[in-house]
Amino acid sequence: MINTFIGNLGHMMTIVAFVSALVAAFAYYQYYKANELEKKSWQRFSRIAFYIHGVSSVLIAFSLFEIIYNHRFEYFYAYSHSSKALPVHYMISSFWEGQEGAFILWIFWNVILGVILIHTNKLWEAPVMIVFALVQAFLVSMIMGVVIGDLKIGSSPFILLRDATPAPIFEINPDFVPEDGTGLNPLLQNIWMVIHPPTLFLGYASTLVPFAFLIGGLALKRYSEWIRPALPWAIFSAMILGMGILMGAYWAYVTLNFGGYWNWDPVENAVYVPWLILVAAVHTMITFKKSSTALKTSIVLVILSFILVLYATFLVRSGVLGDASVHSFTDLGLSGQLLIYMLFFTAVALFFTIRAWKHIPTSEREASVYSREFWIFIGATTLGLMGFQVILPTSIPAFNALIESFGGISNMAPPADQIEFYTKFQLWFGIALALLTAVGQFFWWQKMDKKALKDALLTPYIVSVVASALIIVAAKVYDWKYMIIVVAGTFTVVANAVILSRLLKKSTFKLAGGSLAHIGLGMMLIGIMFSSGYSETISINMSGLTYSNSWEDELNKEHVLLWINKPTQMKDYTVIYRGRQKKVVGVPEYVPAKILESTGNVNEAIALEDYKDFFKKGDVVDIVLEENDYFKIDYFQNEVLKFSLAPMSQFNQGMGGLISSPDSKIYLNKDLYTYVAAMNDYEDPEWKDDEFYEASPGEQFHIADFVTYFDGAEVLQEVEGYVLQEGDVAVRANLRVLDYDVEKKLTPTFIIRNNQVGKLPVVDNELGIKVTLDNIVPEENKFVFKVNRYQKDYVVMKAIVKPYINLLWLGSIITLMGFTVAIYRRFDEFKKMRDKGME
Amino acid sequence: MKKGHLVGIGIIAVAIVIIMTSIGDASSYETFNTALEMKKDGDEKAIHVVGQLKKDAQGEVQGLQIREDKTSFTFVLVDNEGTEQEVFYNEPVPADFTRSESVVVIGSYKNEEIFIADKILMKCPSKYQETDVQAAGM
Repeated sequence: MINTFIGNLGHMMTIVAFVSALVAAFAYYQYYKANELEKKSWQRFSRIAFYIHGVSSVLIAFSLFEIIYNHRFEYFYAYSHSSKALPVHYMISSFWEGQEGAFILWIFWNVILGVILIHTNKLWEAPVMIVFALVQAFLVSMIMGVVIGDLKIGSSPFILLRDATPAPIFEINPDFVPEDGTGLNPLLQNIWMVIHPPTLFLGYASTLVPFAFLIGGLALKRYSEWIRPALPWAIFSAMILGMGILMGAYWAYVTLNFGGYWNWDPVENAVYVPWLILVAAVHTMITFKKSSTALKTSIVLVILSFILVLYATFLVRSGVLGDASVHSFTDLGLSGQLLIYMLFFTAVALFFTIRAWKHIPTSEREASVYSREFWIFIGATTLGLMGFQVILPTSIPAFNALIESFGGISNMAPPADQIEFYTKFQLWFGIALALLTAVGQFFWWQKMDKKALKDALLTPYIVSVVASALIIVAAKVYDWKYMIIVVAGTFTVVANAVILSRLLKKSTFKLAGGSLAHIGLGMMLIGIMFSSGYSETISINMSGLTYSNSWEDELNKEHVLLWINKPTQMKDYTVIYRGRQKKVVGVPEYVPAKILESTGNVNEAIALEDYKDFFKKGDVVDIVLEENDYFKIDYFQNEVLKFSLAPMSQFNQGMGGLISSPDSKIYLNKDLYTYVAAMNDYEDPEWKDDEFYEASPGEQFHIADFVTYFDGAEVLQEVEGYVLQEGDVAVRANLRVLDYDVEKKLTPTFIIRNNQVGKLPVVDNELGIKVTLDNIVPEENKFVFKVNRYQKDYVVMKAIVKPYINLLWLGSIITLMGFTVAIYRRFDEFKKMRDKGME
Repeated sequence: MKKGHLVGIGIIAVAIVIIMTSIGDASSYETFNTALEMKKDGDEKAIHVVGQLKKDAQGEVQGLQIREDKTSFTFVLVDNEGTEQEVFYNEPVPADFTRSESVVVIGSYKNEEIFIADKILMKCPSKYQETDVQAAGM
């Protein structure tokens, strides 16, 4: 039976949330304008309106999750984003796989942030919350799903499947509910996909806070006071957004098979740029607090970071990227709405800024080269240019769409080799930033002139030159560009470490945020240089084939074909593919797939053999996601098994094919990263023509290319899965088939009943053969075997060594720690001022 | 000249360099005919060509040839003008390749016979087809 209640509740709540957001915006506006007498009651009313909005937003999320959790496949969202086989934590990923869920997540975070702001601010509540409530109204409108005439506002996640697809089945039976959903994209079935989107969206949501304070400040004509409350939030936002990006990168590294953590894909670029601008904004805001300069720059940067987040949303979700991105979202018809959303806040920001521009205090004094303001400004500019260089080509599809909407034709395409294109700029910007942070920190903490600067920098300079020389020699960095990166990165780490130790000696840990974050940055830079610049494909040119085309011989073949059980030399390793494995509930290791047979129920199999102490033959076991195959790849060195990797693949019909995830051997100084690029499909083999072999018991012969021993035959008293009757004769032949170091027992059976013959063939998927005991010739003591071949099991694999990638992850963690320290310090400052009644 | 101006000029200079290289390095959408002409003119730049796989009346993909070691393959792409071209891709066949509705190849002509794709983007039929709903339920 179709449950329409929960969907109606969700849809109702969407409308309540939309209306209450508008009411809250209006009420806060009244509160903002009201005189002292009326202020109290308007405040109460506005808060109630916002709380109603908050509660209804939470109920929207609840309704959607209820639909997914209870497998209500009558709803399009549950049908297309989840399935019965999904464990609960992946149902959470299902929630935000669709764009509507992502919007709900965003709305939810804004509610949380709004409630926190209501309770931590006095003066700022009204103006800030007006901006908040308006943003919420726009966001909720994206999931409203209201149709007025030809105008469709938003795409509702609560529509029923029968309304979403015109499948003929619904004409026969409108109450038809599919048995199962189409499932969650297997690439999202990863623990990082459970936590990466919420982090990223909290990052998105939190860029609103500094923006709201800024607009509030401009409206209240407190042109500079907004910085204090906004600063801890700006740092918070930069940290969370940065963390979200890094989690995404890490997810890509462990789940996707493009061979790295960053691909310069438009979707990645679209979040990277606002983050850069936000970091620049944080720096100029800190400068302003210290020396009252860079206010205008801060204002521009804060606005830009917020608008760029909206622009990113537009690029990614409007479908404008189309062919340009591997993971752009389907077009829900929201482009117009997203555009209006972005343009509205751009207009609001421009209006207030232009109105206030000439009143904004500026410092007339020219910044000296020996002042921190000057260096911070250069740093912020570098960040800005860095962002500009990325956003410009990323916008090419949007630019084409714009031209086409005016009837023009543009055939411009993004750069063909994106990695090379972006790297050649970002590399130098990265080096500039590293040097700037090192020098900048010295300017920050003490007054500098030419001589003081020399003295301060001399020791870190010498130390880092010596250290980088050691690194360069030890790690064989012979590319001059990479040498410069090593020097710049080491210099940052050393110089900031010097500052850090001084700060810790003199004062508290509270001030250490900056130097910590910069140390992390230096390490990240070196880590990125090594893991990307010196990433080495070791599965290269190993087929030994020569090609008919001369041009093809010149190309590097970056994959290796591994036949099952066949040892293959790959650089320092001998690798052997050993077959497919499954993950079984309660078993801490992978289990060979060949000993499991599906029962027909989802994620359930029957054991064909005992497996260690974990289960016995005939036990019914639960499989973790039955579609997943883990390919066992053994790595040998000097004939000793060093380790096994288990890259995953899933043959997913709904997603249209093979989906692969890598597996890596992690060393302290490098990762060995492997993934499966193609595999054998033995679900429905096309057997080749019959081949017949005759053999006597005890004889050795060849089946296909395999050495085979015919150990003899025996008469059976019972046959598995077959009821023997009186007078039946069942004969089983015992064959041992050798494939390299593996010996397989194949036992085709032959049954005679009333002069009728029944043959039970055996199929070995790994060897790709089907063996039937075709006939027995007692006079000659000969057995006739019929053999059909398909092909041996294989995988096509790629293996890459990524040196010092751990440096990148370690640097990331240190940077995030630095951010955390800084947030604590800046929030503490704001709290002190607020409690004094200043704000 | 004031320092501020110098910095300003510096910024503008870098911005101009960025814009110029972005335009210079931007690729373009071409057809096989225009791409071949570019090659003949000595322009080796990688370009985008949009097209469909060659299929017979039954919808079976034609001309897909996988190399013996399964690490690369060639296929025939029909661009939007109807020109057929053999394309080589130095990667294993992507799993959903034969199902794709349209294919974008990014690369260039190696010689006049063969186009080498450095990268392939595929547009696959939507996950939610009417038939799928039926199949899932019946």
